[in-house]
Amino acid sequence: MCGIAGLIHRGKSSNVGNELQAMLQALKHRGPDSTGYALYADNDGQNFIMRFKVGENVGEGSSSINEDESVYDKRKELVDQMLKSLGAKVLKEEKLTPYSYRYEMQYDEDLMDFSKKIESIESVEILSIGKSLELIKDLGDAQEVLDRYDLGKVRGTHAIGHARMATESGVDIKSAHPFWGYPFSDVSVVHNGQLTNYWNNRRMLENKGMRFMSECDSELIAVYLAEKMRNGATLEEGMRDSLSGLDGVFTYFVATKDSLGMAKDTMAAKPLVLYESDDLVAMGSEEIAIRSILPHEIDTYDPFDGEVKVWQI
Amino acid sequence: MANIKTNENKTKAQSMGLHSEVLTGKTQQKFFNPDEAENFYYWGTYDVDFNKRIDLDVNDLDCKEANKKIDELMSQGYGTIVIKNPQGKHSLGVGVLNKLNLIFEGSLGYFGVGSIDGPTVRINGRVGWSCAENMMAGKVVIEKNAGSCFGAAVRGGDLICKGSVGARTGIDQKGGTIIVGGDAGAFTGFMMQRGRIIILGNVGINLGDSMYDGTIYVGGKIGSFGSDAIESPMTKSDVDWIKRKLKVAEIGENFDISKMTKVVAGKKLWNYDALEPTEKKGAI
Repeated sequence: MCGIAGLIHRGKSSNVGNELQAMLQALKHRGPDSTGYALYADNDGQNFIMRFKVGENVGEGSSSINEDESVYDKRKELVDQMLKSLGAKVLKEEKLTPYSYRYEMQYDEDLMDFSKKIESIESVEILSIGKSLELIKDLGDAQEVLDRYDLGKVRGTHAIGHARMATESGVDIKSAHPFWGYPFSDVSVVHNGQLTNYWNNRRMLENKGMRFMSECDSELIAVYLAEKMRNGATLEEGMRDSLSGLDGVFTYFVATKDSLGMAKDTMAAKPLVLYESDDLVAMGSEEIAIRSILPHEIDTYDPFDGEVKVWQI
Repeated sequence: MANIKTNENKTKAQSMGLHSEVLTGKTQQKFFNPDEAENFYYWGTYDVDFNKRIDLDVNDLDCKEANKKIDELMSQGYGTIVIKNPQGKHSLGVGVLNKLNLIFEGSLGYFGVGSIDGPTVRINGRVGWSCAENMMAGKVVIEKNAGSCFGAAVRGGDLICKGSVGARTGIDQKGGTIIVGGDAGAFTGFMMQRGRIIILGNVGINLGDSMYDGTIYVGGKIGSFGSDAIESPMTKSDVDWIKRKLKVAEIGENFDISKMTKVVAGKKLWNYDALEPTEKKGAI
């Protein structure tokens, strides 16, 4: 059982950091282990934002091995050297925690090759690359993660998030959601459910050159959609294919720079409540998530089995 | 998986043969402990006056507090209780074993008005998953939409949703009537054993999958029939009964009932009629 939430403002920006925090906090009972945000912020859209980690959070509840913090600095130096050798120009760098960074940079070449080289450095994982995507995930509830990364002021058009209860993989950042749709910029995925043909799909996709960072089944959705899009499918086409290509029970959200989508498996085994109006779409695993930002009386509904929807900003 | 450790202090629950383990960890499950009064609460039945009405704002109450408050108000003779600001909270109005007019001004979360026996409930908003699960008797009317597992395992009473419902409506239904004014999702009537379901709109795939018995009436299109669900001819008594039920439900006034599709169990999967009465009881 995990909790997922998402919202998209159409035609305007809002304080999506705080809004998503309220929604995820309401779903805390569905997933107390880690929380993740994929915020599509009002950046200038000129430069890439790369968020990456050089180690794991080894705090309370973590399943990661404790490391001396000095190795984080060494790995960060190696990342800087690699960025230089790749020709990426770092315009601004922020150290958010001892193990995670946010870089604003200019880069014009292939992101797949770029990512492979950066992630060849031990324990380094790119959490996201995008011109508006700010992907943050860490151990703790929505409020703790919001405070730790100072997300309360982030304004943007849309966002998806996840409150995770670890089941098939560890309590760590690499297994936390959202997952970046490597190697596509600005693509992120959150998922509630279990996928039962994970290994078959993973082996097939790895043979096609796709990369997996964790053993979390949900990562498959991001990689699956990314591979479809790499072969020319639209996001919605990829999502519709996933209804038969992915086996198991799932409700997932996927977001791109200018859109937000949801898909529900053909057995409708995982919950989702949806509110839709002309200027706002909000959805979550439970009604209380939506009520946390829309306390007045509204009309909501459960999407049916096998339903796929995509909204534009 | 959470660690399991043995609870050293023997409780009454253990002496009664109940759980002897507790789970530890963040996602710990706290088992029933009879020493804690709040976990060992019996709902009463009271003489209530329907003309005695009171509003109850549950905005700042959790579900346990709200449900206890409802019980307390019934014990004071209030027969009409209006719940304000339910805000999608879970498990509100469960276990009401009394005649009562219960009105929710807003929407409920999961397991709303479950295990009730007797009240008349009106919900002006939407309900989440498993609304009125295990209802024994009474009437529940939802003005908007409902989530999945609507009326799971209901045993009696009328459960009415004027909007659309999610998947597995009437799963494991054992009696009573479920009426839906809009559409219903996949696996409607899944493993139903008795009772009737009326859907005025369309239904999804696998309608009546593995149903043992009972009847489903569908007014719109059917996505597909499930295993062992078959079509049966509509009779005059079916039409008359649906007409009466829709009147009670206050929906479908001009609906053409004669064109509805009637779905029953083929009884090929489970040779129900060949069972001895004691076996039949166990199966149901």
